[in-house]
Amino acid sequence: MDAVFIINQAFNGLSLASILLLAALGLALSFGLMRVINMAHGEMLMLGGVVAYLVQQNVPKSVSLWLALPIAFIATALLGIILEATIIRWLYGRPLDTLLATWGISLILQQAVILWQPFGVSFVTPGWLNGQISIQAGTLAGVTLPYVRIFVIILSVLVMLGLAFLLRYTRMGLYVRAVNQSRDMASALGVNTRFVDMAVFALGTGLAGLAGAALATISPITGVIGSSYIINAFLVVILGGVGSIWGALLAAVSLGFFTSFFESFYSVSYAKVIILLLVIALLQWRPKGFIVTRSRALEESA
Amino acid sequence: MKPSQARASLLGFIALTIALVLGNVLAQDTVKVGVLHSLSGTMAISEVTVANATELAINEINKAGGVLGKQIEFIVEDGGSEPAVFAQKAQKLIEEDGVVTVFGGWTSASRQAMLPVFENTGNLLWYPVQFEGNECSPNIMYSGAQPNQQALPALDWAFEQGYTKFFLIGSDYVYPQTANFILNTHIADRGGEVLGEEYIPLGDTNFSSVINKVRAAEPELIFNTLNGDSNVAFFKQMEAAGYDSESLPIMSFSIAEQEAMAMGVELVAGNYAAWNYFQSLDNPANAAFIEAYKAAYGADAVITDPMIHGYIDVYLWKAAVEKAGSFDTDAVRAAAYGLVLEDTPMGTVTVDSNQSIYQTVYVGKIGDDGQFEIIWDSGEPVKPEPYDALAFPGNTCDFAN
Repeated sequence: MDAVFIINQAFNGLSLASILLLAALGLALSFGLMRVINMAHGEMLMLGGVVAYLVQQNVPKSVSLWLALPIAFIATALLGIILEATIIRWLYGRPLDTLLATWGISLILQQAVILWQPFGVSFVTPGWLNGQISIQAGTLAGVTLPYVRIFVIILSVLVMLGLAFLLRYTRMGLYVRAVNQSRDMASALGVNTRFVDMAVFALGTGLAGLAGAALATISPITGVIGSSYIINAFLVVILGGVGSIWGALLAAVSLGFFTSFFESFYSVSYAKVIILLLVIALLQWRPKGFIVTRSRALEESA
Repeated sequence: MKPSQARASLLGFIALTIALVLGNVLAQDTVKVGVLHSLSGTMAISEVTVANATELAINEINKAGGVLGKQIEFIVEDGGSEPAVFAQKAQKLIEEDGVVTVFGGWTSASRQAMLPVFENTGNLLWYPVQFEGNECSPNIMYSGAQPNQQALPALDWAFEQGYTKFFLIGSDYVYPQTANFILNTHIADRGGEVLGEEYIPLGDTNFSSVINKVRAAEPELIFNTLNGDSNVAFFKQMEAAGYDSESLPIMSFSIAEQEAMAMGVELVAGNYAAWNYFQSLDNPANAAFIEAYKAAYGADAVITDPMIHGYIDVYLWKAAVEKAGSFDTDAVRAAAYGLVLEDTPMGTVTVDSNQSIYQTVYVGKIGDDGQFEIIWDSGEPVKPEPYDALAFPGNTCDFAN
């Protein structure tokens, strides 16, 4: 194993971490802050990719990605609002019921997309993302950093910072934290908790859509692709500590680097087994994940 | 009752009798077969087209007068992409509907689930998809390629082109593992080198580590047995990592016209695939088939290898039945051995006494239109070998005696 392999693998770890983070942040919001187990989160991601594809069909290729990202965000956020208003709002405080209901929604969305495009759709990566930083000569010849992966890493950092800013420094963020810490108290002090619930859920699904549009540049978009992200997204949220986006960041980075480390020595399947065993062991030691958020909401549901 | 009324009821009575008698005669004049593919679930995408091609063959035969003077009545069941459902529906077709044979299956898991049903009931399954071999049931006709009719000829081609250093990438299940085991033994036997072998869980989409291993190993050709969605991710990420079909060509065993189209042709163009049939094959039977299929299922339809196998399976069954003069499973099996079908869309095929078929192998290069340019063929139809002599010595399969 040489330096080039190790550098590439470290970059792969970072890339995987960014993918995991993007896929999980929306879930960290809806599951972490609202205790809604949204099994349709993966399908929001898939729909974000579908929207990106539809945008690409209708605008020049060079600008398609720039338009696809915000449009995917808005479209899935709107869908989130509709879901929240018609289904989720009746199920607050009943995590198992939300699990079943959203699982049903995910199946419907999967099959609808399969009926429409059985083989999935393909988002063509714009030309300026087709390439890589590649060292051709010297001792590090062979180090290759694809632009698309760099793009996803930068995007995930921006989304993370934007979300942290929103939660920490805006009035909306204050409301969200207040509702999370004590719903009744926040309500008594005049916070419109209904609105906060809906906004947080819509933000969560919107972020999933944004992630889907970005991930469409490196992965396929088929009806069932959501299911390959949902497990990892839950893993990130649980490992990070329910209710903490910084925990999600820490979990995504650790999972990314450890996965890529074990994949250097073992096959992908074995690496997955090792990672899952490590996560289980870790949860024995820290049952609430890396970062434990103390809040009344958590104690009530525990 | 007025005379006119009496006459009317008499006429009615006669008409009814005639209808009943005719209906009875017609009923006796049909023979039931089953068509069992996944019409729902993840495999439906692929299997629906095979079911279509099978039904097309049945309709053609019916129009031309049927089999042994009987019209074929087909009963379609949905395997639902679940092996257990395949077994249950096979049982239903055989025991409740009384079909004389069944055309169906795609995944090895579905075939293995159905196998005991066919062995216990003494019925016969026609299985149309390329598979890993290593199985030989008297109650299954395996028309898809055995490993020596797809993977090994592809290896012959690779050696002829001067490639000797290979990397094997596949989905983590029985077909890629077995195909690569056979490839491994043959590559070693012929003095080539396998520089790496990697498996990815079905449906997984992250290939960064695998591609890094490929880079470190520096192979000349990749043998790809990935399935489904993983393929798109793999080709996309290879491209992003700076590889193309010139710098590192990929030979795939699960990418046909439909997959190439769905993945985006620009992504896969210039790479290779090995099959027993390509839509671009230039022969009158193929032209006729393509025209008939498009007329029935839409002008956009693309034709793939498993569809043609599903299609000729019906014709092989018809020929065997007519030779045997009976629909009885054992009589049909025995009659099938040595049976030759000339001028099928995939050329001439012959049924071997191991219940697989002699068929020609082609290597195609994916063109910009999503069709394959045929750049190599095995010349003669290749004899099917369910047990590779090098990888699984000592196993044979022959039902002739």
